[in-house]
Amino acid sequence: MRSRSIPLREVYVWEFPVRLYHWINALCITSLCITGYIIGDPPALMKGTEAYFNYWFGTVRFVHFVSAFLFFFNFVFRTYWGFVGNEFSRWYNYIPLKPSQWKEIIDVIKVDVLQVTHKRIGSIGHNALASFVYFITFLIFVFQCLTGFGMYSAMSNAFLPNLFAWIVPVLGGDILVRQIHHILMWGFILFTIVHVYLVFYHDYIERRGVTSSMIGGWKFIEEDIVDSLDENTNDKTKK
Amino acid sequence: MKEKQPTFYEEVINEGLSRKDFLKFCTTMAAFLGLETSGVGQIVHALQTKPRLPVIWFHFQECTCCSESFIRASHPIVASIVLDKISLDYQETLMAASGFQAESAYKTVMEKYPGEYIVMVEGSIPTENEAYCCIGGRSALQILEEAAKNAKAVVAWGNCASSGCVQAAKPNPTGAKPVHKVISGKPIINVQGCPPIADVMAGVVVHLLTFDRIPQLDELGRPKAFYSRRVHDTCYRRANFDAGLFVESFDDEGAKRGYCLYKMGCKGPVTYNSCGIIKWNDGLSYPIQSGHPCIGCSEAGFWDNGPFYQHLPNTGAFGIETTADKIGLGLGVATAVGIAGHAIVTNIRKHRNISNSPTVDSETLKES
Repeated sequence: MRSRSIPLREVYVWEFPVRLYHWINALCITSLCITGYIIGDPPALMKGTEAYFNYWFGTVRFVHFVSAFLFFFNFVFRTYWGFVGNEFSRWYNYIPLKPSQWKEIIDVIKVDVLQVTHKRIGSIGHNALASFVYFITFLIFVFQCLTGFGMYSAMSNAFLPNLFAWIVPVLGGDILVRQIHHILMWGFILFTIVHVYLVFYHDYIERRGVTSSMIGGWKFIEEDIVDSLDENTNDKTKK
Repeated sequence: MKEKQPTFYEEVINEGLSRKDFLKFCTTMAAFLGLETSGVGQIVHALQTKPRLPVIWFHFQECTCCSESFIRASHPIVASIVLDKISLDYQETLMAASGFQAESAYKTVMEKYPGEYIVMVEGSIPTENEAYCCIGGRSALQILEEAAKNAKAVVAWGNCASSGCVQAAKPNPTGAKPVHKVISGKPIINVQGCPPIADVMAGVVVHLLTFDRIPQLDELGRPKAFYSRRVHDTCYRRANFDAGLFVESFDDEGAKRGYCLYKMGCKGPVTYNSCGIIKWNDGLSYPIQSGHPCIGCSEAGFWDNGPFYQHLPNTGAFGIETTADKIGLGLGVATAVGIAGHAIVTNIRKHRNISNSPTVDSETLKES
């Protein structure tokens, strides 16, 4: 039996609201991409029948809109959690304002993307590159909500969609709004492919339990990393 | 030009139409404008008491389809609005005068009714080189700027004047611009469409005449009464859309059954107009009813968002006929190939990590 004995510490990284957000988000994005693609290019399912038999396309659109509302409020909640959650979920992780974040971005590109150097990336939550990519996806979320609700606002008197109605005149009309909405859908699809692969990759290489951490919230982190971070925080509190 | 302008009503009666016809017209217009019943009285009152509206109508870079549409309006009174009721003092296509006389006609209006006359524009204005459109030795821009200075409002007829239409399509060799891009500080009404529906044009004129102010406009300067709803949302084929019944090609069973033209590139879902309600040629039909997808002619840049028979516009990147879906699929395949490559490289380069000997290097720990 092969086994390895190294000092590990279990760290509670993803709080329950973060995990809930993640899975609702995953569900919404899956649903939105599938229904969105069908809306863009509907298959000929019921050919030869009359309209009064069917409402399947209307249902697909309904599912798309419901998912969109869920997606939006879920995202709003996550934004809020970025200000009240634990250190791994805070907003400053996602926007690389500090030089140390940029340094780690370059490290991650060297170590994990190009694989030209071998060293350990010591961040416990997301690494700096992953965080930055999530920040870009958040921007895509915002644009997708803007364009989506912008199109939706024309057939709704509800308060929320009409908050986004201004995007249509800004872009000069629905044609461009729909085009952008459609292109960004591919952003979600490509992100999902890469995201799932990289989760497997990190679990395979680092064995910190990153995949299951989004289920249980805990990661297995090498003890020296946790200790050094704890010392740093203790130092700061002493000062 | 007479000193006392006859009212609209006097003109109509003089022409031999009955008061009943006049009232019918007022009621129709009130309905088009979305007014409540009391609005009919306001229109009747305005048309009986107010003098004719002095109008200068310019043709710049355009095809005159707006004028053609206007004179084919459903109600006879609507047609006659154009010919004399709005005091069309200058209209290149329809006026009898020519040369010096014509030039002096619109100058007289500008001098006589400053702040009262309406400038109506068909066509876009070249800015790349103003010489592309000259009338009477002066450029379109000069003429428009001079006329708009003392105008009460500017009505931009059609897609050319509202958003540049085909002249402004890529690569826009004349630098064609719509009215709102070259004129500022004046109320501008964009009566969109290529051409706009005649009754919509008449409705805008009647509104100006009745209420002495411009109609309520949307964010793109279009009268809300006519452009607040999508062709798609008012389409009689909408039930087929919701049922997922689509025409797949112009000669299939679906086309015969009148299925939705969504997959044939119908721009109804992204086009704001009242084609589905008012329709064309006395309410006879409109493109979708005649089996043709909407081309989105009342939207800015509709020429560049083609082709007309394709749901997704071409992106203009990576060759002419590339849609977002083709690019997306290509990127998806490239990503999958990249991932496969990365996974193989990982197993070679990181075999030490994988085979149980972690590369712990305490010096490279994060310093933060």
